[in-house]
Amino acid sequence: MSKRKQTAAVKSFRERNRASHGYLLKKTVRTGAWKLVRVFLLFGMCFLILQPILNKISISFMAEEDLYNAMVISVPEHFTTDNYQLAMQFMDYGKTLCNTVLVSLTIALLQIAMCTLAGYGFARFEFPLKNFWFACVIMMIVIPPQTISTSLHLHFRYFDIFGIFRLLTGESLNLRGSVAPYYLMSLGCMGLKNGLYIFMIRQFFRNIPKELEEASYVDGCGTLKTFLRIMLPDAKPILTSCFLFSFVWQWTDGFYSGMFLGNIKLLSIQLQMIGERLGSYITNTLHNAAGASVGYTNCIVATGTLLVIVPLLVLYLFAQKGFVESLSSSGIKM
Amino acid sequence: MKKIKKATGLKRQKAISGYLFILPFILGFLAFMVKPFFQSLYMSLCSVEVGPGGFRSLYQGLANYTRAFTVDTEFARLLVEEISRMCVNALAIMVFSFFVALILNQKFKGRALVRAIFFLPVILSSGVILGIEYDNALLSSVQDAIMETTGNTSITNALESILITAGVGAQAFQIVFDIVDGIYDVAIASGIQIIIFLSGLQTISVNMYEAADIEGCTSWEKLWKITFPMISSLFLVNWIYTIVDFCMRSDNQVMEKISDTMIVNLDYGFASAMAWVYFGIVIVLIGVSSAIISKGVYYYE
Repeated sequence: MSKRKQTAAVKSFRERNRASHGYLLKKTVRTGAWKLVRVFLLFGMCFLILQPILNKISISFMAEEDLYNAMVISVPEHFTTDNYQLAMQFMDYGKTLCNTVLVSLTIALLQIAMCTLAGYGFARFEFPLKNFWFACVIMMIVIPPQTISTSLHLHFRYFDIFGIFRLLTGESLNLRGSVAPYYLMSLGCMGLKNGLYIFMIRQFFRNIPKELEEASYVDGCGTLKTFLRIMLPDAKPILTSCFLFSFVWQWTDGFYSGMFLGNIKLLSIQLQMIGERLGSYITNTLHNAAGASVGYTNCIVATGTLLVIVPLLVLYLFAQKGFVESLSSSGIKM
Repeated sequence: MKKIKKATGLKRQKAISGYLFILPFILGFLAFMVKPFFQSLYMSLCSVEVGPGGFRSLYQGLANYTRAFTVDTEFARLLVEEISRMCVNALAIMVFSFFVALILNQKFKGRALVRAIFFLPVILSSGVILGIEYDNALLSSVQDAIMETTGNTSITNALESILITAGVGAQAFQIVFDIVDGIYDVAIASGIQIIIFLSGLQTISVNMYEAADIEGCTSWEKLWKITFPMISSLFLVNWIYTIVDFCMRSDNQVMEKISDTMIVNLDYGFASAMAWVYFGIVIVLIGVSSAIISKGVYYYE
């Protein structure tokens, strides 16, 4: 038996090919060709995605005259870090970064905590009107927040809970520009893309076997204790990835930040103003009436963008598994 | 006849704790979704005056809606542009992300790296960064410079000129070439969709493919007879996600106009009306297309 196996292995490719009536050769060629095509495709697409970042990096180190030099394409001739200094100055980088980290972190934690509660409730309990409320979650995903933004805007401008504040102080509260509205919304699972998080977390909890839950009930755990001690530790991967998404999207979000958090210096808002700042800096401080040129503005904006995404890139490098693997293995299904 | 039984004991207790778990969601939903939703619908029918200490809304019927379509010079044009861009891009994103997910699901060297790169746009194209990316004039001027130096002969350009001068279905070709030119937009907008498809592909059991192999299926047949039906429900999910995502993008011109009208001009009524027109069109689009797609969805149970 083993001898026959050996001779089969030793047989040359040509012989094996003949034995399979040419199928082996055909198959080898086909898989080889596909591998080659795949390498080209993947390389091309990866380059496509990475190119703008690489481009930004090289531009951010160029002096102004390099931008207009047709000979300089990706390697700067006059290497400089002035762009970074300027961009940091315009964005008030140190303070803004601290603010952004603080806000994104707290908001993401709050949102995920609330969404986990809701997701767990939808996944593991039977209660009347459950389908109706879940339909509401889907609605929440589908309704673009811009539709309700006008009303929210006024809602928080003249904030009041059943007229209590008006009774006490004679005036409604103006919550616009403070952090409070957004924390309130996060507390009610209504932040950026929170419907999606509820959906994904519910999906995960649904797949945990019922026996686990029943065993913990038999052993004397209450509902809350079961949730905290049995279910939460299991859900760590999906919670991590939801947290990461929430953190990152909050970091770059311009919509809610622009609407509610206008007075707090956040990276996403500062980044949008960097062009204007440069223009006024050049006309007012450097007394150059012509203002900033298009190319130079773009260069500074690119530098600013890099400054915004570098922390995220570092995070992504370390937590890449958390972003991708847990999500792609969780199995999202309708 | 269904027996009406009052939930008792454990069942009732569980129902109560279930409600407690989703209570924050319910409260939030009522306060920050339902109320603003109807309020903004009402505001779209009013002219809203903002004064110190409060705002007043005066009912004026459909005036804001007629203004959006007949008086305002930009809105109708922007709406058509955005919606058609959305449809074309959404289709391209679906095809692209499905294709990429198929490739990324195969085993090859450096897969982890390639995956990491493909999901990078989830971070990099989110929020404000996309809008800034978009008007990067320098990048396009550099590209123009490269184009000129290479004598303007890229493969797509050559193909484009041949096919369009051939004159058959020039319009259709133009759309395809626009997509090819905008492949970067498609690539950076399909991060989440790839993850969703990938997660679906990984749940298909290997047994099915083995059975198909034994029966002598080619890979092409396996794609259409196994892979496609098994993840067809995800097409629906992805389609809806893509459209909704498009509404949230910061380079969406209709949304830009709406927030400008609201924040700069303080014209809340008109802004609400425009938002509702957009929302109405999108929801009809989602409804119709999901109805069509869900007919083709195959549920394996």
